[in-house]
Amino acid sequence: MPRSKAYMSLYRFLLAATIVALWQAVSGPLVPEFFISRPSAIAEALRRQIVSESLFFHVGITATEAFSGFLIGALAGVTAGVLLGRIPFLSDLLQPFILAFYSLPKIALAPLFILWLGIGIWMKIVLTATVVFFLVFLNTFTGVRSVSRELVAILKLMGASERHVLFKVVLPSAVAWVFAGLRISVPYALIGAIVGELIAANRGLGFVLANATGQFDTAGVFAALIVIMLMAFVLNTMVRLLERWLMPWKSGELEREITI
Amino acid sequence: MTEPLIAFRGVGKSFHVEGRTVEAVRDVTVDIRRGEFIALVGPSGCGKSTLLNMTAGLFPPSTGQVTYAGRVVAGINRATGYMTQNDHLLPWRTVAANIQVPLEIQGRPRGEMRDKVGSLMELVGLAGFERSYPAQLSGGMRKRAALARLLAYDPETLLLDEPFAALDAQLRLHMQIELLRLSRQLGKTVLFVTHDLDEAAALCDRCVVFSPRPGAIRRVLDSPLPRERDLLRLRRDPRWQEMSAELWDLITPMLTASHAEHH
Repeated sequence: MPRSKAYMSLYRFLLAATIVALWQAVSGPLVPEFFISRPSAIAEALRRQIVSESLFFHVGITATEAFSGFLIGALAGVTAGVLLGRIPFLSDLLQPFILAFYSLPKIALAPLFILWLGIGIWMKIVLTATVVFFLVFLNTFTGVRSVSRELVAILKLMGASERHVLFKVVLPSAVAWVFAGLRISVPYALIGAIVGELIAANRGLGFVLANATGQFDTAGVFAALIVIMLMAFVLNTMVRLLERWLMPWKSGELEREITI
Repeated sequence: MTEPLIAFRGVGKSFHVEGRTVEAVRDVTVDIRRGEFIALVGPSGCGKSTLLNMTAGLFPPSTGQVTYAGRVVAGINRATGYMTQNDHLLPWRTVAANIQVPLEIQGRPRGEMRDKVGSLMELVGLAGFERSYPAQLSGGMRKRAALARLLAYDPETLLLDEPFAALDAQLRLHMQIELLRLSRQLGKTVLFVTHDLDEAAALCDRCVVFSPRPGAIRRVLDSPLPRERDLLRLRRDPRWQEMSAELWDLITPMLTASHAEHH
């Protein structure tokens, strides 16, 4: 690791330590602990939940919802994006309907999903998948549509069939767009799962959050928020690793010298 | 006299841009024989690329017709290969994998593809860069990769639209020598668009000179040079000097005319 990078890690650690120390110092004397809790109390709340193993249970529930919803929504979004991107008749036919659904805040569908699916885990998975679907679909669709016509023509001159064009040009060039869609979907997948739990649930991190609030347990609320943040971090990292693995040419683009 | 390979018969093409009609070429009639190296020169925007596009079958002419090997070109013409100023390599494929694309389309066996890609990389001087991505290469190297890919699918006719415009002088000379050697050796027919009159005079068997838009043929010059020629010694060859000078004489009045038009 180059020196400057090591220093940057050190500076970041110092900044985080300073914020935590300040928080600990002002909580009580300057700001009532009821509002902002304090780092030591949050750490204690986390420790208690880890020891009782209830934390892992709730994390597991939320992770299952967010992850399954993300996967289902992403797969459906990519499939629909490629199909509509390649078949103009379908996209012309469906465009007004898709736009109508897109402008609807997906969270507003939660009550309907409760009616259909109850307050169990499936309602959150479907809610999450719906949110993720539109983001991934629109990006994939745009990606498939913005394929360079010159590249397609060049391949056709080489004798390429529709199938060749699809697999050698359209899909690879859409991959970058798909990942843009996946990356912005990560926080929304968690929104879907957690809002679903906040509305109606008896398990999961959203439930922990709502429960702690109900008991005026500020430390518990902050503890749940920290765990949610960690989960988002893990999901983000997974998408980034998958991206680097599937798009090795992108890292090359960062290394080259720029020309204007 | 044998039948021409490519024949333009009264070819005209107009485009509709934002409600206006722009006439790109007008009444172009010229025959191109198999194995000929034809240079197309003329001021910018005189429709030289439009003629190439119609030969490739990317769009039909508005009037007249383009025939290829006796048949009217309708739709993509697979006997032609295209190379433009932009290299149009696939950014997600390594150099070797890019050159391999046309061989994959032809469904060649794996071993044959590897051998052919290897020898082509050698030919264009890219050996050792097999695993690089286009974004990691210089403009000149990308251009050479695009040429190797063009040679990999071995089209009968090469449509080259200022292929060497972005290269430095030495690399350009090197590529010109290779192109001439290969096209003679493999019996290729070449349509070569360029702004560089010295380059046109050096490479062509015949040079078609276009007038400003709408492009129409002003003159067709036969090259006084033999088909086998040494590009390295051309500078001192009076025949080349004379042809180049003649091209300059034809083009310069058009440039000053269009210059005056702009002011």
